[in-house]
Amino acid sequence: MSETKIVDARGSFCPGPLMELIAAMKEVEVGDEVEVLSTDEGSANDVPEWLEKVGHEMVDNFQEEGVYHIRARKAK
Amino acid sequence: MKKILIVGGGMGGTILANNLARRLRRELDKGDVKITMLSASDQHMYQPGLLYVAFGKAMPDELYRDQASLLEPGIEFHVDPVESFHLDNNQVATVSGKTYDYDYIAIATGSQAKPDNIPGLLEHGHHVYTEEAALKTWEALSSFEGGNVAIVTGVPHKCPMVPLEITFMMHDYFKDRGILDQVSFKYTYPIGRLHSLVNVGKWAEKEFDRLGIEYETLFNPKEVDGDSRQVHSEEGSTLDYDLLIAIPPHKGMDTIESNELGTSGWIPTDRATLNVEGHDNAFVLGDTTNLPISKAGSTAHYEAEVLGENIAAQVKHGRRVRDYDGKVFCFIEAGKDRATFASFNYTTPPDPQPPTETVHWFKLAYNQLYWNSVRGLL
Ligand SMILES: Cc1cc2nc3c(=O)[nH]c(=O)nc-3n(C[C@H](O)[C@H](O)[C@H](O)COP(=O)(O)OP(=O)(O)OC[C@H]3O[C@@H](n4cnc5c(N)ncnc54)[C@H](O)[C@@H]3O)c2cc1C
Repeated sequence: MSETKIVDARGSFCPGPLMELIAAMKEVEVGDEVEVLSTDEGSANDVPEWLEKVGHEMVDNFQEEGVYHIRARKAK
Repeated sequence: MKKILIVGGGMGGTILANNLARRLRRELDKGDVKITMLSASDQHMYQPGLLYVAFGKAMPDELYRDQASLLEPGIEFHVDPVESFHLDNNQVATVSGKTYDYDYIAIATGSQAKPDNIPGLLEHGHHVYTEEAALKTWEALSSFEGGNVAIVTGVPHKCPMVPLEITFMMHDYFKDRGILDQVSFKYTYPIGRLHSLVNVGKWAEKEFDRLGIEYETLFNPKEVDGDSRQVHSEEGSTLDYDLLIAIPPHKGMDTIESNELGTSGWIPTDRATLNVEGHDNAFVLGDTTNLPISKAGSTAHYEAEVLGENIAAQVKHGRRVRDYDGKVFCFIEAGKDRATFASFNYTTPPDPQPPTETVHWFKLAYNQLYWNSVRGLL
């Protein structure tokens, strides 16, 4: 069974949501999902750009009550 | 008697122990409270000083003090690292075979650089995160005669300012040695700008353009090929180097991971109360939390102050006083004689000002003031 790891990066200016996601991706297995919670507008663009560049799959990307939720599946 | 156990005698643990000893002086003297610190070393190192060691501007022996000399009277201190944590039974067991029980525990075991987590990096890269590595970097920088200097950064890492600081300091160092025209710099960074703090990244970009330092973003080092002197990134690009300077990826301590307190040694921590998640009487501070904030000494310092107030109030009145607001303050060296700083918390982004000589001298002064700071006198 694949699992979803939640990374709560709300209020993170440094290291920030993308850096938290990169760290979390190293800790999970291929096929597992990581969901980043972020209050930072920039990461709504940053995170998808990085996922595409490395080749991980973006599963979901939505905003709810001021919090961005970006869910990705580790592809390799 | 209430027993408070502090695990780790670094920056966070020491500030917390001294803060508690002062707040609970009367209770300590009467024997109503006992504060015990367990650490892995009888020495306390001022880690930020390692950056200066790499440039021959500080010698390692200047960075150490006896840990016992930094502690308030009445704090019981043992060099006896914790081997196993039994948070459900309010007990830890140490390497020497002793067990310690407690009413409150604070864990501040810090983090460790793991260059070996990127194949080839340990053998071919230089870094400043241990005394031995900083000395080797000094040797490499002082004997470098020119070529490509590549700077790569692993994730996560402690002290987010080091990648920029070491680059600016190398620039000035090679300039002073008169070989700047034979050096080309390539700075890389894991995310899509030059620093995680947006404003710091913008400022650094202008400085790099002015100084002729090249950069590449979205570069996460995957492996180092020492034969071809190349670094390959997760994103598929390749970087040539003659001198490779790395900010290695970090992990928490092995004991944290082996006790299943947290993946990669990072303990799941409540961002406001700093409790170990699920344990009312266990707290975490410093590098070893899993909080999404900088792993820096100032983070450990502010967390220690909040915990000092809260644990003391809990001992005396059965309830805590205030939340941690995510506060971090970082100096940023912008060369050999200019510096700036960034200050922020969970809700307020930083707004760094242009670097000045005054801030640089303040940072150098802090390198000495640190010893008063850990004693809790600042
Ligand atoms: C090169 C460099 C530059 C830096 N620059 C800056 C800077 O400019 N500004 C800034 O704010 N921060 C800076 N830092 C970061 C700062 O030093 C750390 O973030 C800070 O020391 C973290 O404090 P801590 O208490 O979490 O851990 P540490 O200070 O690392 O202390 C951990 C303690 O735990 C002990 N320990 C380990 N395992 C065990 C165990 N099993 N049982 C008991 N004890 C144990 C260790 O002996 C140690 O005493 C820098 C760090 C480096 C390396």
